[in-house]
Amino acid sequence: MALKDFFKNRQLKRAAKLHQKQGSATAGNISELKAKSAIDDALLCSLWTKCQGCNELLYTSELKKNLSVCKKCNFHHRLTAHERIEQLIDYGTFVEINDDVLPSDPLNFTDLKSYKERLKDAQQLSGVSEAIITGIGNINNQLVSIGAMEFQFIGGSMGSVVGERITRLAEYSTEKKLPLIIISSSGGARMHEGILSLMQMAKTASALKRLHEEKLLYISILTEPTFGGVTASFAMLGDLIIAEPEARIGFAGRRVIEETIRQKLPKDFQTAEYLMENGQIDMVIQRQTLKQIVSDLIRLHTQNIKKKRFSNNGSDKTIFEKILARL
Amino acid sequence: MKENKEIIPLDFEKPLIALSKQISELEQKTRTLQNGNKKLVEDLKLQYSKVKSEIYKELSPLDKVKIARHPQRPYTLDYVEKISPVWYELHGDRTGKDDQSIIGGLIEIDGQTVMVIGTQKGRNLKENQKRNFGMPSPEGYRKALRLFHHAEKFNLPIITFIDTPGAYPGLEAEAKNQSQAIALNLRELSGLTVPVISIITGEGGSGGALAIGVANRILMLENSVYSVISPEGCAAILWRTKDKTQEAANALKITAKDLYELGITDEVIPESEGGAHYNPDETSRNILNAIRNHLEELLKLTPEEVKKDRQDKIRNLGVFSTN
Repeated sequence: MALKDFFKNRQLKRAAKLHQKQGSATAGNISELKAKSAIDDALLCSLWTKCQGCNELLYTSELKKNLSVCKKCNFHHRLTAHERIEQLIDYGTFVEINDDVLPSDPLNFTDLKSYKERLKDAQQLSGVSEAIITGIGNINNQLVSIGAMEFQFIGGSMGSVVGERITRLAEYSTEKKLPLIIISSSGGARMHEGILSLMQMAKTASALKRLHEEKLLYISILTEPTFGGVTASFAMLGDLIIAEPEARIGFAGRRVIEETIRQKLPKDFQTAEYLMENGQIDMVIQRQTLKQIVSDLIRLHTQNIKKKRFSNNGSDKTIFEKILARL
Repeated sequence: MKENKEIIPLDFEKPLIALSKQISELEQKTRTLQNGNKKLVEDLKLQYSKVKSEIYKELSPLDKVKIARHPQRPYTLDYVEKISPVWYELHGDRTGKDDQSIIGGLIEIDGQTVMVIGTQKGRNLKENQKRNFGMPSPEGYRKALRLFHHAEKFNLPIITFIDTPGAYPGLEAEAKNQSQAIALNLRELSGLTVPVISIITGEGGSGGALAIGVANRILMLENSVYSVISPEGCAAILWRTKDKTQEAANALKITAKDLYELGITDEVIPESEGGAHYNPDETSRNILNAIRNHLEELLKLTPEEVKKDRQDKIRNLGVFSTN
């Protein structure tokens, strides 16, 4: 959309508001104007983005260049799973695995819509087959296995597929001796799969136990928002837990707690900073420095062991190639 | 006379300060005069440095306590900054608090990742509220424990920096079981298979210090002290008056030299003249050298040998007679 159209659109909107205030316009006239502005808004979104932190209008391309962090107020906008991978993994090195694990409707669940329909809608909306994508790739030339959750897919909720993909990723990490990174963004367990989704908490945690026993590094990255069964299983089990600034992280949601204890909660309740103050996470890190710091941490956690192994066996630098060949 | 002017003098240093002031005054006066007087100033300077080194050589245990508690003495974060290009602090005990009087994180020495854990005091009132004057709560010790296990898992040698008046004596600390937190650290530290090096950099305050001080090598800075109780506390209990602090300090054998002679510690790390606060860079270099030497030795051992080395060292502590 051209800039000219944007101003025209704004004029139209103002006119509509004025009409409303004066109450002089006919009903038909207003609805026409409203309908028009709605379409224009959709167009607008592709060019401009309204910051969810400070309401400032930002050029979408500029915002994307700054990794979707507002330059004015430092608000970290939500990212899709693919954007996450793009930002963390070296260009062209990501290989998705376990994408053949796909959702089904074991309970024939229906609320306002059937679960089957919901799945279809979610797949269409988000462009991914489930609420997490998993794979392997390089972070500054260090091979890792990585999973990134997709909040747009039914609130990033964990059902059988998310549980299975994470479990398989952790098992793959254990087998290949790779560091594991999971970027969480989820409302919790997926109600549509009932008790099966609850059991994914146990399944993922148990896979991580085996990873832990092999002394492999697991970095959990928490992003806005991470809640419920996800926090209460794999997300809080990181050897290192990193969160993005002001991300909301917790078990029960704010409203549920407020209603239960009948008290207003402090403003910073359940933010990343609040969690750090209360000893629950290791660091709060700006998105711009996330890749560098994560890669540094991986190096720091593996170099002592590598040194030892090299002194025993000699080099095995081609691990990445070997693994790719086997895929 | 290269001292930093802003250093706060201790009482035994006051004659030195007065002397140095006189010399500099004289120097100014003689600037316009003949060579003969300049020689006088130089003689005085020579005498001054002699007196200075004598004073610092014959410090009493209580004087050392004063240096160890000097408000400008470098703390853990100061040393970390000077000995490593990398510092990633790890926060929290994961169960409800991030006690800031104990800090922990990752550093790098000669391409080797090392876990640092240390007590941290504050420089001013505001910082000290945050750091609780370097007195850890149970949560602080539990954070340390979490990081000990982390280091064990990833094969990271551990270096602990100790400068604390002691574990925090408070209501909440008791309610959260301060004793158990310390006890558990003692047990877990003795079972680690990674090398542990402890450095007493200031006050080694009893159990609160030992809780991160069970190590393969225990090193002490020249002017640091390590004791079962503060001299003031000891005087108040055993002599029933605080006036006897000097006597208590002498009797307790708390200086680095005393502990080395008792076979508790492995090395006395020299400080810059007058104390680490006169030249933190020089002291940090000495610390780094000591760490390198001991780490090199310990890394030659297998994990099991490292553990046995530590347990043997602990097993042999204590003096007694048998019939």
